[in-house]
Amino acid sequence: MITKRIIPCLDVKNGRVVKGVNFEGLNDVSDPVALAKHYSDIGADELVFYDITASAEGRKLFTDILCRVAETIFIPLTVGGGINTVDDFERVLKCGADKVSVNSGAIRNPNLIREAAKRYGNQCVVLSADVKRVNGQFRVFARGGRDDTGMEAIAWIRKGVENGAGEVVLNSIDTDGVKNGFDLEMLDAVCNAVNVPVIASGGAGCADHFTQLFQTLPKVDAGLAASIFHFGEVKIPDLKKQLSERGIPMRLL
Amino acid sequence: MVMIAIVDYGVGNLFSLKSSFASIGEEAVVTGDRAELQRADKIILPGVGAFGDAAEKLKQTGLGSAVIEEAQKGKPLLGICLGMQLLFERSFEYGRHDGLALIPGEVRPISDVIPSGLKVPHIGWNALRFTQASPLFKYISEGDCVYFVHSFYGANCAEHTIAVAEYGAVLTAAVQNGNVYGTQFHPEKSGPVGLNILRAFCREV
Repeated sequence: MITKRIIPCLDVKNGRVVKGVNFEGLNDVSDPVALAKHYSDIGADELVFYDITASAEGRKLFTDILCRVAETIFIPLTVGGGINTVDDFERVLKCGADKVSVNSGAIRNPNLIREAAKRYGNQCVVLSADVKRVNGQFRVFARGGRDDTGMEAIAWIRKGVENGAGEVVLNSIDTDGVKNGFDLEMLDAVCNAVNVPVIASGGAGCADHFTQLFQTLPKVDAGLAASIFHFGEVKIPDLKKQLSERGIPMRLL
Repeated sequence: MVMIAIVDYGVGNLFSLKSSFASIGEEAVVTGDRAELQRADKIILPGVGAFGDAAEKLKQTGLGSAVIEEAQKGKPLLGICLGMQLLFERSFEYGRHDGLALIPGEVRPISDVIPSGLKVPHIGWNALRFTQASPLFKYISEGDCVYFVHSFYGANCAEHTIAVAEYGAVLTAAVQNGNVYGTQFHPEKSGPVGLNILRAFCREV
């Protein structure tokens, strides 16, 4: 049986992981390579690297780091941030990324998903959507959740999957940072709309939220979080052990 | 130390695969040179994408026949993911295509055997169940999880199947025919378990 995945997300700016991180035995807490290795060693099932740099120099630095991460860890690596063209796919895949996540780039260029899926296969293309409730509707937001696109989210995600996205990361802006649990209602709507893996993001505050996620919504494939892992509020080995004890299939080291 | 040749025939990125050998202290070269395949002690046949395209490229470059030649001489060969599928006689992925025919069997869509409603591709970490003893598993245990990404599977190859994984059906996870090995999963993306499989291929095969 396929296991549920636990995925830490690392935001990288100018070559450093943002959000102060504190780990025992990790001297440089903002070194992306060291942190990636740490997560891989403790049993993360996949890593997401998000490039939040705006400058060209920052982007160059990011790709250099990606190559070093891919040399060091041997679990699936997803890369997002600043992916606007098929050339951007090429740039990060060449560094050793396995999957590429598109968000605003797919909103600006409706053909991006289709072109990338055709060239690299659906399994390589991840649609990441930032979604927020507006007037009782699930709405897609662009530019890191800043701009309301006016588009209804479920239809947008369904279309992305039809165009070739092989996975969906759903980030609920409503629950993000609140630490009160994942957005089960929004996730349920997405799970019922598509038949590709759905990764839940936004809202996890403790281990129980992951149990609740996988028990309530068996169709969700993975839980993604950043700060609770970085700050050590939830420790991945403990989390996976707890989930496994509650009957949720987990890869244990 | 052995010299591993990773066959480069123009499909996919071989960076992680090469790095994974480096991380276990083995030397691997990525090469599209026939002579280098002849010199190597062991060969890795990687592959991502569509079977038809890959089979065509192996044919065009002459690397397919070089791989067959070396394997028939008894040189250990490991096909990974699509590289494993290419070892079979034929595939029914978008039409019908011939493989390298180093292992009896064929490649069919997993949707033929798994219940509808299950997601395709089969993507994620899944546990291995051994069906035959193999030196490839010397350093790992039954139940260990490895990383899969595939929509097609090895069929009619039970005699040579050495491990399976359950995904709504029993799917071929690894095969062996003498010195020819194949894994449907990606050892280079399967953490310490995957590296131990590559280590066993280097040292025990």
